[in-house]
Amino acid sequence: MRITCPICGERDRREFYYKGDALALNRPGPDGGEKAWDDYLHMRDNPAGETRDLWFHEAGCSAWVVVTRNTVTHEILAAELASKVKEAAT
Amino acid sequence: MGFSGWRVIKEGLTGNRGWKPQWRDAAPKKDYDVLIIGGGGHGLATAYYLAKEHGITNVAVLEKGHLGSGNIGRNTTLVRSNYMMPGNSEFYSHSVKLWEGLSQELNYNVMHSPRGQIVLHHSDAQRDAAVRLGNAMINRGDDAELLTRDDVRRMVPYLDFDSARFPIYGGLLQRRAGTARHDAVAWGYARAADERGVDLVQNCEVTGIDMKNGKVTGVQTTRGVIRAPKIAVVVAGRSSQVAAMAGMRLPIESHVLQAFVTEGLKPCIDHVISFGMGHFYISQSDKGGLVFGGNLDFYASYASRGNLPMKEHVMEAAMTLMPMIGKAKVLRSWGGIMDMTPDGSPIIDRTLIDGLYLNCGWCYGGFKAVPASGYGFAHLLATDQYHETASKFQLDRFRSGRGLMDEEATGSQHNLH
Repeated sequence: MRITCPICGERDRREFYYKGDALALNRPGPDGGEKAWDDYLHMRDNPAGETRDLWFHEAGCSAWVVVTRNTVTHEILAAELASKVKEAAT
Repeated sequence: MGFSGWRVIKEGLTGNRGWKPQWRDAAPKKDYDVLIIGGGGHGLATAYYLAKEHGITNVAVLEKGHLGSGNIGRNTTLVRSNYMMPGNSEFYSHSVKLWEGLSQELNYNVMHSPRGQIVLHHSDAQRDAAVRLGNAMINRGDDAELLTRDDVRRMVPYLDFDSARFPIYGGLLQRRAGTARHDAVAWGYARAADERGVDLVQNCEVTGIDMKNGKVTGVQTTRGVIRAPKIAVVVAGRSSQVAAMAGMRLPIESHVLQAFVTEGLKPCIDHVISFGMGHFYISQSDKGGLVFGGNLDFYASYASRGNLPMKEHVMEAAMTLMPMIGKAKVLRSWGGIMDMTPDGSPIIDRTLIDGLYLNCGWCYGGFKAVPASGYGFAHLLATDQYHETASKFQLDRFRSGRGLMDEEATGSQHNLH
C-alpha cells in the first residue's frame, strides 16, 4: 500500500503511522456531554468500502494526512492535509 | 449416526458407502424462537448449547455463505487460557475446560492437541510479568510453569538463545494449551446442533432487521422474511454492518491480521511457541506445515489480506527467534478480519433493542473462545442472565469506563491493541 502525501508525493505505507478514523479531527468540547465523547472515543461507522482515516507521515514531512481509502480493496482514493480539512470545516 | 473406531473399520471394508452428509441443508421456516445470524464457530456453538443446555431447538442459524466460511477457517488454531483480568480470566479458563472434552461431547474429532504453549521472556521485567501472570493462572485453578533458560533449552533447543538483541531468559509454559483443527470445530458443532433439531440455513444473507416498538420481530433475508422474538448477531468480522441494520454503531474497528503456513515438514516443532519481543507465534499442524503469525497490519481493513510490510516483519521475527526456519518455504498467507474493540476484549451482551443480542469484538483471539462463547451466549439468550463465566463482556463498559478488560495495559482506545 502506497499513500500519496500531499507534500512528499507517493510514499511507502511504512513511512506512516495510522491513527484511525478521521473523526479524530472532530474532538468534542470539554462540556460536549457523555454521548458525544463516547461517540468520539469508541463508536465507529467502520464501513466496508470507502472510509476516511488519519495518517501521520512520521518518517517523512510530519504532516497529518486525511486519506480517503477503500477498506475492501485497499485502494487509496485521495489524500489531503489534515490542517486544510480542518480549516475548510471551520 | 455416531463415529467410532469400529465404524471406520466397517466402512473401510465396505467401500466407504455408508457415510452420509453430516447435517441437513435446511430451508428456512417462517418462524423460530431464536435466530442466530452467522454460521461460524461462535454461532454454531451458540446453537448447539441452546439446544443441549436449554432445550431450545426451534432455532435457525442463518449463514450468508457456507457454514464455517469466515474466521473459523482463517485463524492459527491456538487454544490457551493465559489471561489475567477478571472477566477474561474465568471465561478462557472455562473455554479450555470445554475444549478438553469437546471431541467426546460432540462425537466429532476436533483434534484438540494440548501440546503446551511456551511464552518466552527476554528481560527481567518480562520475567516478572510472566511470574505474575503464571500466579494468576494458578490461583484460578489453571496450570502454569515458569521455565528457566535451561528448561527452555532442553525443550526447544533450536531457538536462538543468545541473540544479541533478544536473548531468551526463560518462558511461561501452559501445558494444557495447544491447538485444535479449526474447520472440525465448526463442523462438529454444526452436526451436533443439527442432530438436536436446529436448522442450519446456508446461502441466506440477512439484509435487514425488522423492529416494532423497540423490539425485534424478525429479519429480511435473501431467502425471505423470517420471524423470531430473539435475534442473536454473531458475525465477528462483519459486526458493524449487521448492527447498522438495527440502527446501531458499535465500538469496533475492523482490522486485518495475517497468518502464514509453510510447506509440510517432518515433525520439528512440538509446542506452541510465542516470541516475547516480536509478537510472533508458531506451531506445527498435523499435516506438517508450520503455522505462524504476528501482529495486526494496523489499519482498518475488510480485505481479508494484508500488505507486505507486516509480512516482512513477521519473517524477520521468525528468523530472529529460530534461524532454522529460513530453510522452510512459505506456502501461502492469508488475512482474517478482526473485530477490534477499544480494550481488546470481546462483547457478549444484550442491546438497547429488546430481543437483539450481540456476540462480537473477538479481536485476534476468537478461536480459543468458541466453546465458552457459545456456552455463555446461549445462557444469555435462554435466561436473559449472564452466565458466571461470561458476565463482564458488557457493551456499555466503554461508555462508563467500568469493567474494562485491557489485558495488555495499553489503554482503552482504538488502534492500541
